[in-house]
Amino acid sequence: MTEINTDKLAEAFVSALAIDAAEVNDELAYSQHPKWDSTAHMVLVAEIEAAFGIMLDTDDIIDMSSFAKAKEIVAKY
Amino acid sequence: MQIDDYNNAAVFSQFPVYGLNSVQKQAFLQQRLNWLTHHHAAHCPEYARLLTCIGEANSPMCNIEHIEQVPPVAARLFKDYGLKSIKDDEVFRLMRSSGTSGRQSQIYLDADSAKLQSQILVKTLQHWLGKQRRPMLIIDAKETMQNKNGMSARAAGLQGMSFFGRNHCYALDENMQLRIDEVKSFIERYHNQQIFIFGFTFIVWQQFIQALQSLGLKFNLQQAILIHGGGWKKMQQQAVDDKTFKQQINAQLGDVSVHDYYGMVEQTGTIYMQCEHGHLHCPVWSDVVVRDINSLAQLKNGQQGLLQVNSALPTSYPGHSILTEDLAVIHGEDDCPCGRLGKYFTLHGRVPNSQVRGCSDTFS
Repeated sequence: MTEINTDKLAEAFVSALAIDAAEVNDELAYSQHPKWDSTAHMVLVAEIEAAFGIMLDTDDIIDMSSFAKAKEIVAKY
Repeated sequence: MQIDDYNNAAVFSQFPVYGLNSVQKQAFLQQRLNWLTHHHAAHCPEYARLLTCIGEANSPMCNIEHIEQVPPVAARLFKDYGLKSIKDDEVFRLMRSSGTSGRQSQIYLDADSAKLQSQILVKTLQHWLGKQRRPMLIIDAKETMQNKNGMSARAAGLQGMSFFGRNHCYALDENMQLRIDEVKSFIERYHNQQIFIFGFTFIVWQQFIQALQSLGLKFNLQQAILIHGGGWKKMQQQAVDDKTFKQQINAQLGDVSVHDYYGMVEQTGTIYMQCEHGHLHCPVWSDVVVRDINSLAQLKNGQQGLLQVNSALPTSYPGHSILTEDLAVIHGEDDCPCGRLGKYFTLHGRVPNSQVRGCSDTFS
């Protein structure tokens, strides 16, 4: 897997979900954290796309259910 | 593909959307719907009582031999009772129907069923839209999404569909009036890409197409796609049929393929998309039956009656087989000229005296 800039990804999470940097870890998961709901999810997608200059497809959006998963997905691009 | 993976969502969610013939589909759905009937009888006391009342509970626990025999629950029972097959602390999301009068349906989802619904919706729409997300013009107001007190069906529809877009532009303001400048600059920016337009039928018609007409504004879109749904009652009151709707859209917007869809909050995730030949199509995870309004006997293809919708998805509430208040005609199975397999049908209004509750129809 390509190395990705985890800090940059974490920043995208902090800003899109409006959460504390300390809350961003591999256990952070969609629907587990009160602020990561479906509306915030689309904001997060836009944030990640802008930060990494990529365009996620619809499968990625559905699969991206945790911070750990997001790292895998971003690494594909 | 193993048809007997009926209980493994990871497997059956990968079935080809319109790719199983009636024999293969029957084999999958029969087992799945039987399993769901048992599951809900065991976890939802009201549903178990319902089965007992109709004499099904003890007749080898509702082991149907044909998918058309699954006992359907009347849609209005979801208004009267909080039917669910999960514990209170497992409720992840509560969905409400869009009806404005009387009680609303309440549909309880746990995290797994919400996830499965999203996956199936995505799988179905990928068939029509591809996997690449498109610049998306939403014919609604951003404010529609922002009601946090339980998600309305309209908001859930917008939310689900927004996954397929990027660079979203809301075409209407909080008063549901056209945001002319925003729409113009969106279309200028993306006019040579395949724009995805989504909205509820009557809102698209009255607040968008008619507004553009009165302003004398026309666009020349290329290979755009419009998906719309939510009911035709208000359109019929204005004597606008499917053909007129499509003609006017093409006259105003250019090259846009227009697809109606049918779906309901009681079976979110399952949608029936309209093909190029004007038929609504069952995806592989669902099936329809048409019944006589009075006797509820199953009708033949070509006859109009009450529509029953069966879905493989609902596990958190007993909504795998629902008798709607919509009138429909099934035209055939596996032989639509568009080539997609499964049953295909058209809708013909609602049963007299039923409540107006379509997403499109509750807007005035």
